[in-house]
Amino acid sequence: MKPSHILSDLVIYFKNFARSREGVFFTFIFPVILIAVFGSIFSHGTGGSVPLYVQNLNGTTGVTQEFLAGLNQTHLVKVHMIPADVNVQNYITRNSVTAALVIPSTFTDAVRANTTTTLPFYYNPTQSSSQFAAQAINLVVEHFNAQLSGTHSIISVSQNTNSVVATSYIDYLVPGLIGFTILTSPMFSTTYIVSSYKKEKIFRQFSLTPLTKSEWLFSRFTGSFIIALLSAGEMIATGVILFDARVILTPLVLPFILLGVVLFVSLGTIAGALAKTEEGASVIGNIITFPMMFLSGTFFPVSAMPSWLQGIAHLLPLYYIIDGLNSVMIYTNGAEAVLDIAVSATLALLFFVIALAVFSWKEE
Amino acid sequence: MTQTAIAAEHLVKSYGSIKAVDGLSLNIRKGEVYSLLGPNGAGKTTTIEILEGLRRPDEGNVSILSMDPWKNAVELRRKVGVMPQGFNFIAKITPKEAIRHYCTLFGVPDNSKELLELVDLTDMARVSFEHLSGGQKQKLGLCLAMANSPEIIFLDEPTTGLDPQARRNMWDVIKRLKSEGKTLLLTTHYLEEAERLADRVGIVDHGRMLAEGTPDDIIGEHGNGLYLRISGTAELASRIRSATGLECSSKDGLVDIKIDANENIVNVLRVVESVHSKLSVLELKREGLEDVFVKMVGRMEGNE
Repeated sequence: MKPSHILSDLVIYFKNFARSREGVFFTFIFPVILIAVFGSIFSHGTGGSVPLYVQNLNGTTGVTQEFLAGLNQTHLVKVHMIPADVNVQNYITRNSVTAALVIPSTFTDAVRANTTTTLPFYYNPTQSSSQFAAQAINLVVEHFNAQLSGTHSIISVSQNTNSVVATSYIDYLVPGLIGFTILTSPMFSTTYIVSSYKKEKIFRQFSLTPLTKSEWLFSRFTGSFIIALLSAGEMIATGVILFDARVILTPLVLPFILLGVVLFVSLGTIAGALAKTEEGASVIGNIITFPMMFLSGTFFPVSAMPSWLQGIAHLLPLYYIIDGLNSVMIYTNGAEAVLDIAVSATLALLFFVIALAVFSWKEE
Repeated sequence: MTQTAIAAEHLVKSYGSIKAVDGLSLNIRKGEVYSLLGPNGAGKTTTIEILEGLRRPDEGNVSILSMDPWKNAVELRRKVGVMPQGFNFIAKITPKEAIRHYCTLFGVPDNSKELLELVDLTDMARVSFEHLSGGQKQKLGLCLAMANSPEIIFLDEPTTGLDPQARRNMWDVIKRLKSEGKTLLLTTHYLEEAERLADRVGIVDHGRMLAEGTPDDIIGEHGNGLYLRISGTAELASRIRSATGLECSSKDGLVDIKIDANENIVNVLRVVESVHSKLSVLELKREGLEDVFVKMVGRMEGNE
């Protein structure tokens, strides 16, 4: 491997890329459009809010009104009231309610007296929307607690067994769309390049020079990594500036971007090398790409999916990249991130080895 | 003493049940321009690709500058230039960028300026490949084949698909290379191209070498030599045949008579005079490469 060969090939690659309008659009402009569209729909509108049923046993007081208004202001939930004289559990069963909260009769007194009180929360763990409700309640409860005491919790929520921290949709969307660009840009461009260079005999042309197949692949990895870094920066900037996304900027995102690029450039190489025609390559590329594009936590958190879909998501390589990005950018969950790195690295190595084996410049 | 640049012995290459190359041998000296001439599908490209080291022959030996092109591919890349058939390159890269890239890969100083001048492509140095004409693309192909200053250049159908003007331009460039002492192997299905450019020609069909040598050698060996062409009917032709014993054929109101000596001409004219046939055509002709080629291959380009 000669650095001068790789550098010269990279220069050619970037010149060709920068002069191609479609490539630049799909790599740098299309994801921003996606983040703007999804961000606008789910961050500010009411379209994304889930129903939360509240039974207020405390009657109308200033404190309960403030609490209910706080829930609505999260935009995560839309509050519906349960009559105070019904049995809440029967009501839930009869009306297929997924998330319900009870404000106990002692609520106002407890808040005023700074004594503890517990709000029973009923939710259906198989329904993802109940997690949004839990997030909304957490947000409001934390806000109340911070105002009331600052040191110890006055209000607690019982049966709230999930560990979802208060995040908004846009926080998920930033790592999700970074994953989206790590997937689509290398996959589509590599599949296209490999199949069309094969058909147009440009690889044969290269094979007559001292440039080697490994140098060429290394140049693809480097080029895609640089482009992925640029678009990740772009995603983060857009999310933070337009939608006030709260993500942690850490060098720990780099291994995920690198492994993702190696993984999907290799997969794209395999698709392009195995297909007989350019059309065939794009079909294979799409079959690999589309399920991952929607099911790996790109646009929606995987935890918000029905459990059978979550099972499928766990089979998709991109899931581990996005889960890892979530772990380091939102949760600072180190243990989870290490697992994701291990899985991603194994898959990247596996696909790289396969790509080396099936990708040939000679037509023999 | 002349040295051998390219030697191939009894090459065989099959694709499934089709034998593309069937026992073909050739020998090309250093500094020689050699043309493989044959109709489409004759096995020219497969042969040249075996010599380039892009394909491995099923049988036979190849030696390029005393090296095996399949085993010594890396070493030979620095001494051999290849312009493939229908040369293609990355769409949005300019000729200048492409040549520079090649110079970096071969580890030679940037010679894009000289090469673009040599093939008369300087005006297009900064135009994307996709916007070049067919002839300009082929010229860039030639530049890239020459970026490493090779000793041998393979040109596979360098002018196929070009208009007559672009073809003539390409011929001029090839003649320039010839005058620089490069060894050139070019394939073509254009007779005129082989006749104008090549020192020696090999006529190929069905993967076999049918005839080889200078155009004059081939005509001398496989041609019918001199013949007299006169206007006349088939009846006249048979009269001439019976009176003189000469080989005779008639077609489209013309009679061709094979001539061995001057007295044959006198005898033929006597027969013509004796039947009071009126002559409107009287030509003494020598069979050209085209006649030999058509006779051997039985078809010309575009007949398939």
